[in-house]
Amino acid sequence: MQRRLLLGLMSTMIFPAKFEFLDEIRDLVAQVARQGGFSDKEVYSIQLAADEAASNVIEHAYAGIQDGVIQIACDMQGDAIVITMLDRGKPFNPSKVKQPNIKANLSERQIGGLGVYLMRKLMDNVRYESIPGEGNLLTMFKRRG
Amino acid sequence: MDITNQEFKHGNLLKVKGRVDSSTAPQFTQALEAITGNGRFKIAIDMSELEYMSSAGFRALLASQRVCKRYNRGELVLVSVPPRIHEALELAGFTELFKTFDDSLQAVGSF
Repeated sequence: MQRRLLLGLMSTMIFPAKFEFLDEIRDLVAQVARQGGFSDKEVYSIQLAADEAASNVIEHAYAGIQDGVIQIACDMQGDAIVITMLDRGKPFNPSKVKQPNIKANLSERQIGGLGVYLMRKLMDNVRYESIPGEGNLLTMFKRRG
Repeated sequence: MDITNQEFKHGNLLKVKGRVDSSTAPQFTQALEAITGNGRFKIAIDMSELEYMSSAGFRALLASQRVCKRYNRGELVLVSVPPRIHEALELAGFTELFKTFDDSLQAVGSF
């Protein structure tokens, strides 16, 4: 109940869960980040993190599902940006994704898991919650440098 | 995203303009596979007008590098990598997997 209210207060947008909307999703978070005083480098990082998060939702949470949507809220809270993504797809828990070995050589380097790894490096905090009956809620947080 | 392929005697120069993300990465992969499918394994990727690249693009680069370096027949190198993209490649631990050049002719000349 509280969670829904929280999303309702922040500026929320609903995007079709399709890769062609990643552009708009990046634009949304970039606008909030720029207005919030983040540097160009930080804005890029925030865009990239949001992209990786949304891509995972589209690819995994909604795998095999045609008309899923992602509800995204993005706002400044003090000197930090808070981005939440709610989807109603299959549970996808980024913390269950094996961390890629970034020191492995070419042939051993893992192809998967990079998106989640980058999200965690680019944002200060990434939290994932599976809410029974509601869906998957991802919250990312980054304080201005 | 816009891709142009220039073939030189000893290698290919693939220029990628715009943004590579999960939406456009398949086209990027397709362009890379078209080159290696033709039996050419020395590829320089000109990133001077690349605005953005997500892990989808990194994965495409990695897959292609594996193909190029197989049997020591070639390699994929990066040219004029923009600072933001270099930082992300570094974060992903990818900078050690690709040689970088500041100049495309220099890159192709190195093949």
